[in-house]
Amino acid sequence: MTMQSSLDIQARSATTTPSPSVRHNAEVAKLIDESKCIGCKACQVACMEWNELRGDIGSNVGVYDNPADLDANTWTLMRFAEVEGQTEGLPFQWLIRKDGCMHCAEPGCLKACPSPGAIVQYSNGIVDFKQENCIGCGNCITGCPFNIPRISKKDHKAYKCTLCSDRVSVGLEPACVKTCPTGAITFGSKEDMVHYAETRVGELKERGFRKAALYDPAGVGGTHVMYVLKHGDQPELYSGLPKDPTVSPMVSVWKGAFKPLALFGIGFTALAGFFHYVTVGPNEVEEDEAVK
Amino acid sequence: MKYLQRYTEGERSLHWAVALLFILAALSGFAFFHPSLFWLVNFFGGGPWTRILHPFLGIAMALAFAYMAWQFWEHNKLSPQDSNWLKQWRDVIGNREDRLPEAGKYNAGQKVLFWVLIVCLATLVLTGIVYWRSMFPDFPVWLVRLASLLHALAATVLVIAIIVHGYAAFWVKGSLRAMLRGTVSEAWAKKHHPAWHREMNR
Repeated sequence: MTMQSSLDIQARSATTTPSPSVRHNAEVAKLIDESKCIGCKACQVACMEWNELRGDIGSNVGVYDNPADLDANTWTLMRFAEVEGQTEGLPFQWLIRKDGCMHCAEPGCLKACPSPGAIVQYSNGIVDFKQENCIGCGNCITGCPFNIPRISKKDHKAYKCTLCSDRVSVGLEPACVKTCPTGAITFGSKEDMVHYAETRVGELKERGFRKAALYDPAGVGGTHVMYVLKHGDQPELYSGLPKDPTVSPMVSVWKGAFKPLALFGIGFTALAGFFHYVTVGPNEVEEDEAVK
Repeated sequence: MKYLQRYTEGERSLHWAVALLFILAALSGFAFFHPSLFWLVNFFGGGPWTRILHPFLGIAMALAFAYMAWQFWEHNKLSPQDSNWLKQWRDVIGNREDRLPEAGKYNAGQKVLFWVLIVCLATLVLTGIVYWRSMFPDFPVWLVRLASLLHALAATVLVIAIIVHGYAAFWVKGSLRAMLRGTVSEAWAKKHHPAWHREMNR
């Protein structure tokens, strides 16, 4: 949340000139291996502990998801999906996904944000919200293809997973990675994580999960939080993980080509008026005519 | 010199209330329109305050405008000869008004402006509500995205229309007086709105 001054900034919301970027930070990634997850929620607890977050006590909604959804105090959440008949010999499966910010290489939130510096992307790939610059409009929610940011009802600022940018900037792994008891969450350079994921996918295929795959969606330029999925061909099974997420074309047009064109149109109209006046001139009336 | 009454005190006050609210709503909206204009938030007390105030300014403008539109509705109904007036737009901008079909209280250009403003303001209010997040519950995200785009589009058309409106008042001499003092000269009425002039002298 505070400025991570040892990290260079690759992209900054509502900013048209370069941000500090002389240093080079290696691209990082968190890999979540769904096949190793036992749903213990230690990652949720570690996230709350490290980030000093305490949500309100909720109520049981009939499933293991607790709380029921992400919120300003819940930056990561285990989502439990009960799935039948997807794999031979496995009549029932519990597909558990650790939901949270995917840290897209091309973040829709950052594109949609109107406030300079409220959202930054470090050169290591982490997308971070700077609440002190947030105006609380919620455009980040509009831009996000994964439905992640949440506006706090208390301070009207947007919050989400920081990928523990404060820990990463001093060489530590994110809190959820540190605490995971089964090794389902790993952290390292993006390159290493992709390599490790490929090994895991190979192992899962040998075990009979022939459609196992790495989830690193190209539609958002790849992500810095990736999944190894047993059913990689059907990410929707995992509580609606989008199969091919992209920044909506409506957001791209709205925040892309449209606004410079609109400003040009407005400026052109004003100039057209000015030049009309100095060429054609005013439309005047001879007052004498009225006397007749 | 003889003057004709064109706008009452009430109509003038209402028009300028709408105009002032338009300026405030437009400046606060422009702050979020493009990064190069974010500094406009300083007029409204910073980013969060601008975000808080903008919808209220917009709703106030729309309500005042709705009342004004209701009052001016009757004179702004389009007639068949308005399309001829519009087709002769070259004569309009070339100050060759004598060649145009006779205008009533409003010419075809003014009528088109009236309807453009109605469409723009209705669009702005309806789409704005969709992402007034502190006031309304969340709408489906696809609708929010569509509304965001349409809101920006309607705002652009509205601003261009108001620039044209303001320039026309400055360009056609004697028009500003109608909205500032309420009256226009007889000669002005005869030249620019002959049908209305006859009606007033009946």
